[in-house]
Amino acid sequence: MSDKGYFIDNEGLDSSREQEIGQHIGYRYDVNLVPDLKYITPFLQKYIDKMGWKDLNWLEDVHMGYEEDRAAVFDRNINGWVTVPDDIKLPDNQQERDMIARELLIKFQMSEKHPMVDLNKAYRKF
Amino acid sequence: MEKLKNEKSHEMGLHKEALKGRTQQRFFSAEEGENLTYFNSFDVDTSKKASIDAKNMTPREINTKIRELMQQGFGDITIDNPMSRHGVGVGILNRLNLTFNDSLGYFGCGLIDGPNIHIKGRVGWSCGENMMAGTVVIEKNAGSTFGAAIRGGDLVCKGSVGARTGIDQKGGTIIVGGDTGAFSGFMMQRGRMIICGNAGLNLGDSMYDGTIYVGGEIEGLGVDCVQGEMTDLDIYYLSSKLDLYGIKTPNGIEKMNKYVSGKQLWNYDKLEPSEKKLVL
Repeated sequence: MSDKGYFIDNEGLDSSREQEIGQHIGYRYDVNLVPDLKYITPFLQKYIDKMGWKDLNWLEDVHMGYEEDRAAVFDRNINGWVTVPDDIKLPDNQQERDMIARELLIKFQMSEKHPMVDLNKAYRKF
Repeated sequence: MEKLKNEKSHEMGLHKEALKGRTQQRFFSAEEGENLTYFNSFDVDTSKKASIDAKNMTPREINTKIRELMQQGFGDITIDNPMSRHGVGVGILNRLNLTFNDSLGYFGCGLIDGPNIHIKGRVGWSCGENMMAGTVVIEKNAGSTFGAAIRGGDLVCKGSVGARTGIDQKGGTIIVGGDTGAFSGFMMQRGRMIICGNAGLNLGDSMYDGTIYVGGEIEGLGVDCVQGEMTDLDIYYLSSKLDLYGIKTPNGIEKMNKYVSGKQLWNYDKLEPSEKKLVL
């Protein structure tokens, strides 16, 4: 998908079945796109070096998605979408957008403000 | 009930928020912090090494000892004589280098989020089940349901594995250097599976999404699993991934085949409830 605003500006009703039911079927991005490491950001490189990995590891499954017509990244730890701040400019191709989504997700998950910090305090057993 | 009210989570007000549906929006500043590990994780040093002789230890004792060593800052732990015990090396939510000098039993290294684990022997059923992140490398063979419900990370078996590999896979990469049994990729939802050897019957049966690469012969495809088109990016990805773990395919990466969901079974649309009513 070369148009970065495709799913933001359109309803995603392409197939006849989608038009019939008035709803897009499936993910609103290419979930099977494998990452191209030439787009990796310096922050992500620091993160994977720290973890002792040689590639993106679990971040291979993180993509830039869309929630309520806004760019967002899905955080599996809270089972919810993290909306991408408005001031972040999105590049024109999915590979670069996905790298931005991965960086934002790591910053959010590792933050002291992440909801899991409170859940951990409340429910940890040992 | 009185006991529940006194729980810490109630004191923290976690049960007072209005829950309005599944979707949440969390706003944050991208500049607010640059931590590279979870806020509550142990600060370990991977050059600080420790070893455990597990010969006379129970699985619980082994897991507790690993945790204690991480608390003390050890980032490189070796377990001698694991004696094929079940449920060992589980629930590690930390960066860590962990080596098992022999085989593990059932459900080894499940529910992990971050560690790099090396197993020098074999593993039993469901190794790496519900794994979230990190790497697990097994030098020999693995049992059935290898990587059941895996969500992320690299799970690598250099030998062959049993049936139902990656059942209910929701992410991550499963790599098998040898062959895999029947129903591999059953109900796969996301992620990648790389089988260098042959695959048994019903590969990718009822898969919703995700990708399966196979280097050898396939006994049969499952319902809604279809052949996909290999791209240059797929070949680049496969070669770099397999190089990482020193695994070679018998026929070369260019001759591997790609399988994806035909998406004919997808039934997520709004009409589902009304259609069901008509049927019932």
